[in-house]
Amino acid sequence: MKLLSIFTAVCLIASLIANPQKTWIGIKKGLATFLKLLPALISVLALVSLVLFLLPEETLVKYMGEGSGIKGWIIAALFGSVALIPGFIAYPLCGILVKTGVAYSVIAVFITTLMMTGFLTLPVEARFFGWKVSVIRNLVSLAAALLIGLVMGFLL
Amino acid sequence: MKELKKYIFPVIFLILIGLSYLFDIAAGEKIGLNFWMFFKEMIMFLPLMFVLIGLFDVWVPREKIEKHIGRESGWKGTGLVILLATLQAGPLYGAFPFAYILWKKGCSIRNVFIYLGAFSTIKIPMLTFEIGFLGLKFSLLRTMITLPVYILIGYLIEWHLKDKGFEVKQP
Repeated sequence: MKLLSIFTAVCLIASLIANPQKTWIGIKKGLATFLKLLPALISVLALVSLVLFLLPEETLVKYMGEGSGIKGWIIAALFGSVALIPGFIAYPLCGILVKTGVAYSVIAVFITTLMMTGFLTLPVEARFFGWKVSVIRNLVSLAAALLIGLVMGFLL
Repeated sequence: MKELKKYIFPVIFLILIGLSYLFDIAAGEKIGLNFWMFFKEMIMFLPLMFVLIGLFDVWVPREKIEKHIGRESGWKGTGLVILLATLQAGPLYGAFPFAYILWKKGCSIRNVFIYLGAFSTIKIPMLTFEIGFLGLKFSLLRTMITLPVYILIGYLIEWHLKDKGFEVKQP
């Protein structure tokens, strides 16, 4: 976060020195796109916070901890695809899952789906790629996550 | 009118959260807290990201992008988008606008989706976190297995979209 702020500041200053006019056009362009996207983003985040309320961390731990074999995989993939948990919360959560005895392959499926697929963010993704391609990307990523889990299960 | 319609859901949501706080409804307060956490994450980094995208748009010439990560760029291009993605941070939805600008400047479809894959699964800043909680062995293995998988996804999606007139739209 700090790094991004510093990087943006450096780029901005360099750009302003080189060509102020061009810089303003760039900033205006960027922020206009952001404002256009904002209502969709807020709607998605509202939805995500509702889902996280309905499925709190304790529930995730409970279900994934119980799930053994195929059941654990399916639950991990489902939770991972729907939830949108930032990394700084997801990794500690996975640390807890490992301690409660969840298999590493299940953790791998959970983490990969968490990061690669986002069924709740589909409305935002579809604005860029269209619905069809977005759904395909998410489904392929889901399959990929299961594959990654499978390989991890073999190796660990 | 259509512009206004987009705000209906967010406004209703925020009113409900506000009412929950007013009348001490625990469920609403918890949802509000969750929302605040996500909103903070989003509002702290997305505007910066969009400023960078805007600057990228006015400064980086199309020929450069086309040459390095365009259709004919091969493995070097793939390596470049992966490097670009792993150095960034933030949730996946932050990568879509950047994917758009890359595509607009001539990045190939394959590299756009490889970029999304790398952005979502292998971020250097997050890797330290992963190693801390899940161990070095797990993190390295996962990274190494994931890498070829999303390169493959990039090829698959490009192959699927070939000659279909696919384009990344400006939202």
